[in-house]
Amino acid sequence: MAGMTVIVRTASRLLFPFIFLFGVYVVFHGHLTPGGGFPGGVIIAASVVMLILAYGIERAQERVSFLSAEVLDTIGSATIAIIGLLGILLGTFFLQNVFSLGELGRLFSGGNFLPLYIGVGVKVAGGILLIFYAMLFASWGEKK
Amino acid sequence: MEKAQKAFALGIVITIGAFLILTVNSIEPFGTFPLRQIGGETENSVGQLYLENAPQQTGAANVVTSIVWGYRGYDTLGESTVLFTAVVGVMMVFRILRRNE
Repeated sequence: MAGMTVIVRTASRLLFPFIFLFGVYVVFHGHLTPGGGFPGGVIIAASVVMLILAYGIERAQERVSFLSAEVLDTIGSATIAIIGLLGILLGTFFLQNVFSLGELGRLFSGGNFLPLYIGVGVKVAGGILLIFYAMLFASWGEKK
Repeated sequence: MEKAQKAFALGIVITIGAFLILTVNSIEPFGTFPLRQIGGETENSVGQLYLENAPQQTGAANVVTSIVWGYRGYDTLGESTVLFTAVVGVMMVFRILRRNE
């Protein structure tokens, strides 16, 4: 799969950091503003998909390979499960809020919401990328 | 045969449409909370309770988040499991497609 023209390549290269940063912002401010792990993860995955479309699958594989997308998906799921089990380990219930609640409206407030949303964001980004890669490899037939 | 089928389908459409229009009449006006009816009494719905107590109980300024991970944590865990299962299913299908090529 070859890349696109210079115009598309330059535009997507310039836009990629901003779209990626916006996705990270949506994930990290999920407990303060509308958004959260699912939409933020999809925005992060969409920024990488844009790079794949502009530069071709080979160049994109150097940055985020098939295996690392699998690892991201697994790490995200494991984060959610570990934070949930932390409640049991500390003597309360599964997924119980065991951290301090903090001041309302600050970034580090809401206890375990921020780490849970980071886990969901990583997981959704890896999962959407995996689906895209799987469809791409099935139609091009060049798995590495 | 075909005419009878069409008449039957039209009857179903008209019945469902009548039910939907009748339901619209009973919806509360925009901006009001629906009241919960228990026995003969009416009281505030659970949504009003969440709106009033969520910021103090969970410490999150976004009430949606406090419901998604605070009050309904198990539900969201299952939701992310659904996505995980979907990814696994897509990978399986496309791997079989590749093998058959």
